[in-house]
Amino acid sequence: MTVVHDNLEPTEAKMSATDVSVFYGDKKAIDSVSIDIPTEYVTAFIGPSGCGKSTFLRTLNRMNDTIPTARVEGMIELDGQDIYRSGMDVVQLRARVGMVFQKPNPFPKSIYDNIAYGPKIHGLAEGKDELDAIVEKSLKRAGLWEEVKDRLQDSGTALSGGQQQRLCIARAIAVDPEVILMDEPCSALDPIATAKIEELIAELNGRYAIVIVTHSMQQAARVSQRTAFFHLGKMVEYGRTSDIFTNPHEKRTQDYITGRYG
Amino acid sequence: MSPAILLLLALGLGLAGWLAARARAWTFRRESANGRLASLPTYHAWYVALWIVLPVLVFVALWGAIAPGLVSQSVLADPAAADLPVFGFERQTILNEARAVATGAAPAVFNPQAAALVEPYRDALSHYNLIGIAVTVLIAFLGGAYAFLRLRPDFAARTKVERIVMSILLGASLVAILTTIGILASLIFETVRFFGMVSPIDFLFGTHWGPDPMANPDNPDPSRYGAVPLFWGTLFIGAIIAMIVAIPLGLMSAIYLTQYANPRLRKWIKPALEILAGVPTVVYGYFAALTIAPAIRDIALKLGVTNPSTESALAAGLVMGVMIIPFVSSMADDSITAVPQAMRDGSLAMGATTSETIRRVLVPAALPGIVAGIMLAISRAIGETMIVVMAASTAANLSANPLDRMTTVTVQIVKMLTGEGSFDHPATLSAFALGFVLFLVTLGLNFIALSVVKRYREAYD
Repeated sequence: MTVVHDNLEPTEAKMSATDVSVFYGDKKAIDSVSIDIPTEYVTAFIGPSGCGKSTFLRTLNRMNDTIPTARVEGMIELDGQDIYRSGMDVVQLRARVGMVFQKPNPFPKSIYDNIAYGPKIHGLAEGKDELDAIVEKSLKRAGLWEEVKDRLQDSGTALSGGQQQRLCIARAIAVDPEVILMDEPCSALDPIATAKIEELIAELNGRYAIVIVTHSMQQAARVSQRTAFFHLGKMVEYGRTSDIFTNPHEKRTQDYITGRYG
Repeated sequence: MSPAILLLLALGLGLAGWLAARARAWTFRRESANGRLASLPTYHAWYVALWIVLPVLVFVALWGAIAPGLVSQSVLADPAAADLPVFGFERQTILNEARAVATGAAPAVFNPQAAALVEPYRDALSHYNLIGIAVTVLIAFLGGAYAFLRLRPDFAARTKVERIVMSILLGASLVAILTTIGILASLIFETVRFFGMVSPIDFLFGTHWGPDPMANPDNPDPSRYGAVPLFWGTLFIGAIIAMIVAIPLGLMSAIYLTQYANPRLRKWIKPALEILAGVPTVVYGYFAALTIAPAIRDIALKLGVTNPSTESALAAGLVMGVMIIPFVSSMADDSITAVPQAMRDGSLAMGATTSETIRRVLVPAALPGIVAGIMLAISRAIGETMIVVMAASTAANLSANPLDRMTTVTVQIVKMLTGEGSFDHPATLSAFALGFVLFLVTLGLNFIALSVVKRYREAYD
């Protein structure tokens, strides 16, 4: 029932989901979704509110585990390994699959400590110099270095909203993940800050597999190469972003992108 | 006749004003074109009622303070008062006796001189009562009339009532502050008297405590008023031993309850823990004296301590620590719960485990609440008397050995105030000086805690 476009180049799937369903108690939030997440592209999940796109995103790094009533069925693989198998180290998984949230959530610590948090708990740096280097590299990749290099000891919460979100991206980058999940990362930001994040996503593209959930179809069109359209817990259509927006195969997709609902 | 009757009168008048104003507002409403007023009729009613009752309350309070003075002045102006003793105790006794008979509190006079004063007293009382009632009614009418005449269909009674309510609330909050100031003032007064007899240096730095309430009050022996053993005992029992028990246990139980316990278990454990805070301290005292203290002594004997005492600082401190666990844990629980879920999610998504998240993110963010809980617990422990009396004795002792008998400031305050000494004996007055020091220390602790929290808190908003 999911329409997957047949003109996609064969890619190596970094993550792949097979028949994934998610339940909150008795309520089915996601209904048998299957999708491959390629390394070399940005994948966007679009759809109206409550369609399950964020829920599905959170299954990819098992953040749904923190919700007591949530239950996941089906298989999700990272590099061919089922991440829901017993004995899977969730802590390691989340280090490999990083996440950026809807509302910027820097820790109430200094900018430096925000970035150093992940490397410290995972033991990625030996000594202060290495840690300094990781902090600098992460902030540079997140395009925040020039703005904060003179005040690394200031609190991360004192930054502007857009800077906070880039700090959170830098924090995710610092543990050198393979996949970065972004859950509506710009919905709390103004247009200028949004543009900066979008530029950043374009720069990070290729180095990390990126999955972004977004409300804004323009944003999906701007930053992604692959788009999946979700509706009522199902994935309706998946294909190249340009095709989804210009030549959708499904009527529901067309209705959504032309603004008839959502 | 008394303020109570004046108050009843005021409330009655207020009710009348309330009803009248509401009726008036209803007629506005009927007469107006669209049936709408700027404020609901009840707001007009409350506006008038408050204007009647509040001025009367102020008057009654003032009248209660000055009327007795006016009454006795007019009695003293009576010729029968001319041959009273001029000063002192006897004169006051006679006056009191006469007044008691006049008001009907006593059946007859004992002192013949008072008999002559009963009649003038009775006259003066009824005279001033009449004045009181008249002025009350007058004030109520003036206030009510002023308010009633301002009523109009477009009168903003609602905002006026709002403002009056605000000032009533302000008054209520001032009561607590003024009480604190009053307590402090009375403490300072008696403390200064004490320091006039015993030098503050001897008191604050002397190491021997043993005031003798039977000694000559005019020439106290300053070497018996050294309070250092008391300060040390208070600190050792309340702030060291009790905190070594309460802080880790309280924090760990808060962390378990907020982060690990499933909701059903939490629903049982949290109230059970809070029951601890409701147990009377005397009961803890029994427990400390009858169960813990002997157990500690037995263990000490087995460990080879010669001749350990049945009363020990350790017993009191341990039980006190258990007693204040709920203070630490419930404040910590609240402030950890108040840390936004986004912080937790952010840390977990970085691949941190739950305990890393707690240690590195949640506890630092919740620190202000946690420290506030600990401060509250310390103040509570320092002020605790009963457990110490029962389990650690009342003998002052400067020692670092937790198995020794010890006593605290509050215990000595009770002992000195209930002792055999007269009220102006330095031994009794020393209680006030101890109380004053305790007050300053608690105040200082709170102040330090607040500034530490302000400086080091990791604010998440």
